[in-house]
Amino acid sequence: MSLTLDKQAPAQSDSVLRRFSNLLYRRPNLYLALLLVPPLIWFGAIYLGSLLTLLWQGFYTFDDFTMAVTPELTLANFAALFNPSNFDIILRTLGMAITVSLASAVVAFPIAYYMARYTSGKTKAFFYIAVMMPMWASYIVKAYAWTLLLAKGGVAQWFVQQLNLEPVLHVILGIPGIGGSTLSTSHLGRFLVFVYIWLPFMILPIQASLERLPPSLLQASADLGAKPRQTFMQVILPLSVPGIAAGSIFTFSLTLGDFIVPQLIGPPGYFIGSMVYAQQGAIGNMPMAAAFTLVPIVLIAIYLSIVKRLGAFDAL
Amino acid sequence: MTLAVQFTHVSRLFGEVKAVDRVSIDIQDGEFFSMLGPSGSGKTTCLRLIAGFEQPSAGSIRIHGVEAAGLPPYQRDVNTVFQDYALFPHMNVLDNVAYGLKVKGVSKTERHARAEEALAMVALSGYGARKPVQLSGGQRQRVALARALVNRPRVLLLDEPLGALDLKLREQMQSELKKLQRQLGITFIFVTHDQTEALSMSDRVAVFNRGRIEQVDTPRNLYMQPATTFVAEFVGTSNVVRGELAQQLNGSSLPFSIRPEHIRFGDGPLAGHEVQVSGLLHDIQYQGSATRYELMLDSGQTLAVSQANNQWQTQALTYQPGQRLTARWAREAMTALQETALHEGQ
Repeated sequence: MSLTLDKQAPAQSDSVLRRFSNLLYRRPNLYLALLLVPPLIWFGAIYLGSLLTLLWQGFYTFDDFTMAVTPELTLANFAALFNPSNFDIILRTLGMAITVSLASAVVAFPIAYYMARYTSGKTKAFFYIAVMMPMWASYIVKAYAWTLLLAKGGVAQWFVQQLNLEPVLHVILGIPGIGGSTLSTSHLGRFLVFVYIWLPFMILPIQASLERLPPSLLQASADLGAKPRQTFMQVILPLSVPGIAAGSIFTFSLTLGDFIVPQLIGPPGYFIGSMVYAQQGAIGNMPMAAAFTLVPIVLIAIYLSIVKRLGAFDAL
Repeated sequence: MTLAVQFTHVSRLFGEVKAVDRVSIDIQDGEFFSMLGPSGSGKTTCLRLIAGFEQPSAGSIRIHGVEAAGLPPYQRDVNTVFQDYALFPHMNVLDNVAYGLKVKGVSKTERHARAEEALAMVALSGYGARKPVQLSGGQRQRVALARALVNRPRVLLLDEPLGALDLKLREQMQSELKKLQRQLGITFIFVTHDQTEALSMSDRVAVFNRGRIEQVDTPRNLYMQPATTFVAEFVGTSNVVRGELAQQLNGSSLPFSIRPEHIRFGDGPLAGHEVQVSGLLHDIQYQGSATRYELMLDSGQTLAVSQANNQWQTQALTYQPGQRLTARWAREAMTALQETALHEGQ
């Protein structure tokens, strides 16, 4: 009975759509090509293409006097990156990116660990929302809000007063390179805001890497005689390094490229992002802005190669 | 004889569910002891209670005379071979095996020497530099075994370690494990749902059902003299005869078990020590070394009969479905059973 039914099946494949899907099934490469062409055009032409065009402009000449850009190729813009004033900007941004990444990892790890190992169902959903909710609010509004929170007479100062810690704050704000006249104009304040804003980008990858850790590995470690601290150092931490690395790539590159927080919070002085903004917006020196754009790209490439050499991607 | 592990009225509750329900067992030192049962019967929870991954809700667990309740896993002289092997993916084979020694602070040269020794014991010398992902399932299983043995535990716990291996490899590992246990002289506690595995390897087997132990006995006694209807049906195949027919054949209202291979077909005069029933042949399954017949008795019960195909000549198929046959067996072959109580939740 079923045999006679089967016989009729191939005869129905005459519709165009059916023939097309059969063709795709027989030619998996064609199928793959059709899937990949739109994103490749987007990524290749629009994304990489415009980035390369931008970088190419870094070789153009900017005339300080006439403020005109001429397509005469020169290395002067890249050489200018090493001027003391420009190099200072790069170091300041790099230092901030590194400290923000380290602090985010330290703050994020316990939250991620708790989410991955001790929550399930609704509690887990609550934590996901709690971690991501700040990302739903406008980034600029949050940065502005922090200028008020950290300002003289703001909430942060009020808390410090209530705890009778004003002298401590005063000492901290007096430290050169960290302090400033108030929290909102100090490097410390800028650092706090960066950590606040990028923290979700650190929590989620670490949480994902810890989630993949089978509980039996931790049991095996304890079973073989490892105390909890040893299990953490020998098993949990090494296996969560890919997550920490992924998170730090976010925090590191986002800090390198940011131009709003450095303008709103902290002492005067450019970051790479705000320098690019100033060069192309206020000054109109597109070639110099393009040269500055290369800096984060190079720094992230160096960072990735260090992270790779440390073996962060071995367990992937 | 000293006791390796002693359970006294141990219970483990997960909310309302009694995963382990008032279990008492004495496991002798140097014994190959198996915990056999279907999934969810509490055997793995018992193993985890010994390892320290679970703590009992009630009762006492002693490991070599020392009360273990409350002790964390890293303070117990037992080691576990996990079902999924649980090898550390970021360490090579040698570091995996040496891990137990490393966390105890054994020097690098000594722990590497002892890890090599343990790898040699499971025939994996020279594999130390590989990562676990580069090994086959059988090899990973051996690494897990070497890693658990390197600490020289007095009790080794094995949580269905052969479950993921194919049949041939599993049979090979069964005999190797048995050999290893004899050679080391330590207690092996082996959890499995495979009754053949449990029967072929163990000195004694505990049969678990819904959190309780139905019977603890040697493999032979378990098979030949099952205590309950559950054991009779779970260990091997059995005909469990109940009710009026049991009364008529065995002279007792208790259910009894008769193994299919202890039944023969026959006519003619009945021997004095035999009983017989008749029915219609309903199904024939050729299984290679034996042929299995299913008889529909007049009482409506079915009776499985297994006849060994132990003649090398091609035997003419003498029985046809639908044919009326008389099945006979010795009175001594019947074992009276306790009806397994249905606990709550069934």
